[in-house]
Amino acid sequence: MELTELKIKEAHEGLAKKEFSALELCKSYLEKAKKEDQKLSAFITITEDLALSQAKKIDEMILKEKEVPILAGIPCAIKDNILVEEVKCTAGSKILENYIAPYNATVVEKLQERGVVILGKTNLDEFAMGSSTENSAFGPTKNPNDLSRVPGGSSGGSAAAVAADLCLFALGSDTGGSIRQPASFCGVVGLKPTYGAVSRYGLIAFASSLDQIGPITKTVEDCNFIFDAIKGKDRMDSTSIEFTELKNWKAEIKNLKIGVPKEYFIKGMDKEVEKIIKEAIKKYEEMGVKVEEISLPQTEYALACYYIIAPSEASANLARYDGIKYGYSTSQSADKNKDLLDVYLESREGGFGAEVRRRIMIGTYALSSGYYEAYYLRAQKIRTLIRDDFEKAFQKVDAILTPVSPTPAFKLGEKVSDPLTMYLSDIFTVSVNLAGLPALSLPCGKVNNLPVGLQIIGKPFEEEKIFEIAKILENKH
Amino acid sequence: MISKEEVQHIAKLARLGLTEEEIKKFQKELSPILNYIEKLKEVDISGIEPTSYSVRVENIMREDKARFEDKPADEEKLLKLMPEKKDRHLKVKSIL
Repeated sequence: MELTELKIKEAHEGLAKKEFSALELCKSYLEKAKKEDQKLSAFITITEDLALSQAKKIDEMILKEKEVPILAGIPCAIKDNILVEEVKCTAGSKILENYIAPYNATVVEKLQERGVVILGKTNLDEFAMGSSTENSAFGPTKNPNDLSRVPGGSSGGSAAAVAADLCLFALGSDTGGSIRQPASFCGVVGLKPTYGAVSRYGLIAFASSLDQIGPITKTVEDCNFIFDAIKGKDRMDSTSIEFTELKNWKAEIKNLKIGVPKEYFIKGMDKEVEKIIKEAIKKYEEMGVKVEEISLPQTEYALACYYIIAPSEASANLARYDGIKYGYSTSQSADKNKDLLDVYLESREGGFGAEVRRRIMIGTYALSSGYYEAYYLRAQKIRTLIRDDFEKAFQKVDAILTPVSPTPAFKLGEKVSDPLTMYLSDIFTVSVNLAGLPALSLPCGKVNNLPVGLQIIGKPFEEEKIFEIAKILENKH
Repeated sequence: MISKEEVQHIAKLARLGLTEEEIKKFQKELSPILNYIEKLKEVDISGIEPTSYSVRVENIMREDKARFEDKPADEEKLLKLMPEKKDRHLKVKSIL
């Protein structure tokens, strides 16, 4: 077996038994990443020196210590909107093309304490705004299952890198589906944790009340390892929360109740995708899980609600890119007649791409005087109704199963010219962010050679339960 | 369709420089998105409280002093990122 095909536990055992060194493991990934990435473009930066020095340190540690921590020497990739100290962090934008991160994100700090090896930074839609990774200022990533198709987005680089064995796991971020949808399109596991379960310190902010960092992995077990490593309250993020876990919760299949919302099987959904999702649900039923139809009545308003709240928060968050403190700037232009306002206007004009500008415009519109109540405040009230829908449903069921996306991976270029059609690919994922719930995308079948993901939504802070439910089906495959 | 003046007004609020062509493009692109969002007007929201965060968030206080006095290197890193500076000061164009 190739070293690059290992799962976390297998790689860990190989390292602990000294069958191979962390340096050998790291080098086989780097070699593969450098070669394969010429056709995939999953990486924006490959941090070879950093990776090799980290791997060497782990080898020294393995020689000295008796116990090898589970993630020591495990090679990973980090979405390029999460800061790694002294490494370029672009957020897929020209405006941060030369930005060197001055500190580590808390998740990176936590992973490094546990000994992971960082191979590089992965491609994304600019500022994580998109569903295909085509909005990156550095060119699109390709889907490893079919190079003519998108990997999904915005964490498309991370999902493609994991699917193509260019790293053992990756971190992504999810504001409206940006971990789950690419995981579904590439055929890997992706978790959006409960809002507040993982620190956002060092994540370049898109929509602060929706953003969460989460793992993209090859298996559910791997996902569990990474979630355990990165979760927890952080004094640098006031919205992170200390929570009590469901310790060693084991799925008693006959006691499990799963809800399937009727609003998630809609017109316009790919027939093959629908069939695969229904078959997956049937497998749970055949194993003795109680499956019942539930209703989430506000579902049809979730996407419109999201496309007010997310751009509004984004327009405020992205005000910081002004050409003054860091990033792309026209400040040094020779024209003496220019004033500060010109620097703002020109730096932002030259630095931001089309989709980011579009969302800043929508958000500014929704927050502007005279429209605030009609748009933003109304959306926040509908957000309450969406959360109430889920709360009500979870009084009856342990988890909710839905498709991740209405279609498998689409062709590169197919939706770029029509923003609204692109937004519709998030229709099954945005509600979860609005309600702050945890949800996982699990590969459950293929349409021809294109993977399809099942979404497992849980109650707040019940990630453990989601993992157990996911493992039941994963073991069946 | 959203008017040219409206697009210019929003762009100014957002501090976003736009070319004539882009103004036309935004007029065309923003209208269907705003129409889609209009859908929310169908929902009865009387008596409903707004949600800004899905979890309960509280104010967290701390002493008003620098937390990283032990890491002076940070300052240098931030200075290095500045597009234009004079000595150790950030330099900006005239405001008026």
